[in-house]
Amino acid sequence: MQMEKEITVTINGEAKKAKVEPRLLLVHLIREDFNMTGTHIGCDTTHCGACTVLLDGKSVKSCTILAIQADGKKVSTVEGLLNADGTLAAIQEAFKENHALHCGFCTPGMMMRATELLQKNPNPSEDEIRWGISGNLCRCTGYNNIVKAIQYASAKIRGEALPSTEPIFV
Amino acid sequence: MIQECKTSKAISGMGHSMKRKEDGRFIQGKGNYIDDIKLDGMLYMDIHRSPYAYAKIKKINIDKAMKVPGVVAVITGKDLEKYNLHWMPTLMSDTQMVLPTDTVMYQAQEVAAVIATSRYAAADGVEAVEVEYEVMKPVMDPYKATLPGAPVLRSDKKGKTDNKIWHWEVGDKKKTDKLFETAEVTVKEEIYVPRIHVASIETCGCVADYHKVNNHLTMYMTTQAPHAIRTVIALVAGHVGLTEEKIRVISPDIGGGFGGKVPVYPGYVIAIAVSFLVGKPVKWIEDRSENLQADSFARDYHITAEMAGTKAGKIQGIRFKVLADHGYTDASANPSKFPAGMFSICTGSYDYDTAFVEADAVYTNKPPGGVAYRCSFRVTEAVQGIERITDRFAQTIGMDPAAFRFNNFIKKDQFPWKSPTGWSYDSGDYELALKKAMDVIDYAGLRKEQAEKRKKGEIMGIGICSFTEVVGAGPSKDFDILGIKMFDSAEIRVHPTGKAIARFGTKSQGQGHETTYAQIIAEELGIPAENIQIEEGDTDTAPYGLGTYASRSTPTAGAAAAVAARKLRDKARKIAAYLLEVSEEDLEWEPGVFFVKGAPEKKKTIQELVFAAYTNHPQGMEAGFEATHYYDPPNLTFPFGSYICVVDIDKETCEIKVRRFVAIDDCGNIINPMIVQGQVHGGLTQGIAPAMFEELIYDEDGNILNGTFMDYLVPTAVESPSWETGHTITPSPHHPIGAKGVGESPTVGAPPAIANAICDALLPYGITNIDIPITPYKVWKALKEKGVVKAI
Ligand code: FES
Ligand code: FES
Repeated sequence: MQMEKEITVTINGEAKKAKVEPRLLLVHLIREDFNMTGTHIGCDTTHCGACTVLLDGKSVKSCTILAIQADGKKVSTVEGLLNADGTLAAIQEAFKENHALHCGFCTPGMMMRATELLQKNPNPSEDEIRWGISGNLCRCTGYNNIVKAIQYASAKIRGEALPSTEPIFV
Repeated sequence: MIQECKTSKAISGMGHSMKRKEDGRFIQGKGNYIDDIKLDGMLYMDIHRSPYAYAKIKKINIDKAMKVPGVVAVITGKDLEKYNLHWMPTLMSDTQMVLPTDTVMYQAQEVAAVIATSRYAAADGVEAVEVEYEVMKPVMDPYKATLPGAPVLRSDKKGKTDNKIWHWEVGDKKKTDKLFETAEVTVKEEIYVPRIHVASIETCGCVADYHKVNNHLTMYMTTQAPHAIRTVIALVAGHVGLTEEKIRVISPDIGGGFGGKVPVYPGYVIAIAVSFLVGKPVKWIEDRSENLQADSFARDYHITAEMAGTKAGKIQGIRFKVLADHGYTDASANPSKFPAGMFSICTGSYDYDTAFVEADAVYTNKPPGGVAYRCSFRVTEAVQGIERITDRFAQTIGMDPAAFRFNNFIKKDQFPWKSPTGWSYDSGDYELALKKAMDVIDYAGLRKEQAEKRKKGEIMGIGICSFTEVVGAGPSKDFDILGIKMFDSAEIRVHPTGKAIARFGTKSQGQGHETTYAQIIAEELGIPAENIQIEEGDTDTAPYGLGTYASRSTPTAGAAAAVAARKLRDKARKIAAYLLEVSEEDLEWEPGVFFVKGAPEKKKTIQELVFAAYTNHPQGMEAGFEATHYYDPPNLTFPFGSYICVVDIDKETCEIKVRRFVAIDDCGNIINPMIVQGQVHGGLTQGIAPAMFEELIYDEDGNILNGTFMDYLVPTAVESPSWETGHTITPSPHHPIGAKGVGESPTVGAPPAIANAICDALLPYGITNIDIPITPYKVWKALKEKGVVKAI
């Protein structure tokens, strides 16, 4: 065991302290030390994106960042997505309304990635959405409805008329 | 309207695109997956694995590992041997090592388990385990495994002199051989359906929690079949006192299953053994690499497909021969009587009466498996075979593949249709589905475009697949796993205030059972689906069932729900007759209400009737409002569909672009169109995956060459086309709600449609077959051989 170091991470607005080994991954800090299990682990090569969180507002794969690298920084996870009044955030509502999740395992990472995507590009094209989430794997949905959900969230955030959520199933 | 709805939106019975009830927790990060479970005093297990595919274990040194801070124990095969727990039965009654005592049979096989106080310490311990091996030359090629003189891999089996596992055949060999001697046209193709992996984004894992004082095991695990697992654990560990009433299996939220979470993996058994020995909860969670390299594979069928018919375009028969590579043990999850699963559905959607199908399975030095990956037991392999050879036949006689299919389809009025391999197809309208797909995609327009492009030297292809699936295993006369019949169950309890809980022997892994089962019950009882809570995955509370795989949930447990609900409706009718003082025959039902014929103002709602069952039930009637049903299906169901795919291939880079893909599915009556469509999207993506990207590749020495997500190419949103989906509805005549099951159709139907499109594109260059996954490199190689592209 290596020497432990004390760090402070502001997670979803709350400053938390932890004593960690230098090698501890951020995802384990979040899941094991902070007991926030919404952030998932789906691989060991930085490919699946199930672990995506925002670090100082930028989406990162928390399996590939050390906890100590987050010292003094702000981390946002799925647990912090709800609006201040407790209602669903646009991206959460969008995923539910558009059936953009099946097993839900990729969903938190996917929503965190989409959150940053929409912050940077509030009105992305389908192609921009597909490339934008290409670091996040979903094995269940086939992505059609994830794309639809991100378009819906984009409209909602921009205050435009919401696209229909009825399935186009000719 | 996708499907006519008999209930209001407030009730949301069948046909409503009700938003999913389970989503609330998932979108807030409040799902409860296996790795989210944390128990007091819990230890962590990690596994040391073999770097070799075939080797004798000379020595295992655990001393260094035991000195790693936090390491509590290191378990080897020798330790398990003392309790006779070093081998276990597979679901196919073969045997599989839990931990080896002398020989490893594939790369990444479990060799020792390290138990520690933290995940990191366990991983450190794994690094410190030292094993001396005597490496042997593995058998990696299944054809070579069958040759005389090949090393006998399963020498642990007394009297075993070769690597054969089983031989299976069906159909009329003599008649078929005769047909092939005399037919006007015969075509033959070698078709390989590669070894792939389900790669659910959540890997497998468990928390085994054994309590010494009350001799009780709670096993939290990623399983699609909790009850069957409970029985298997009792069979394996009964002799050490862990009998079935002392075992509770809990399957929490599952992050995708697709068949990969049906088998019993050694890791589960080791975790149980360790928890049993140390009396503490033990958690084991696989890494992705372990998951890809050691968990059950799917497919790996080498098919020799032949078709015989007339020059005018009539199919007369098929002859299929399969060599199945099972790895070192047969750990598939097929029904006992069907070692090759439902492969004999390979006669397809066409009308002819002659077929002979045979398969041989062999051992090699690869991981075991042969799971039904999003497929009802080898149906994907069967459909790849028939739909590819159908196209080859059409090409050979110079007929359009659509016209050829119309020429040969089993017609709507021929159902129930007896297939030459013995299945009784329940219902279908194959012409309608293909017509619809052709209309949606503008087939005629595409063929015109293709002809023009070909003149210009551009490469474009159109591929069709008109598949028939067989799902919903299955009728107890034919279907069992380890002797347990493949019925499934539902138990419905309606509370006095008219809200319900229903429990099932199945287990959702993303299919949306919490919503769709509620809708089935809502349809039958008129209680709003919103007020019906669905529970699965706890063997202490749910009625016994065989679980969720092979698209069997709707055909079996869904039927059980409908029948149990109907029992309750019958009871409600009796109570209504009593309260309204009329005879039962005088009552009419509309969703949620019984009323007197001709006097609709005299009525009782289902909520009033349920309340009466607890407060004012007729004398002589049992109080309460609950029912259970174990549904034994009279037949399987036969979903079908027609898919059309359009590809463009870049002549320079050989990059393949799926320009359009139209899928028309018929799964009988639809419970929730939104969910059905979602299942189709997902399945199609798991269909394009083996068609164009995925294959587990091994070298001669038994090394896996792509055992991580770095090089095992699960499609992202960029590789996945924007799917176009549609439906026809041909209800199953024997299913209580006329539904058939849908989750697997797209995985089954997509690969041949894509392969047919690419091969259609390459036909002008004399290329007739490329095995999936069809990559730009394979296309480039084929075009280079034909002199179309030049070597770089
Ligand atoms: S866990 Fe897969 S990218 Fe982080
Ligand atoms: S919903 Fe299952 S992995 Fe995306």
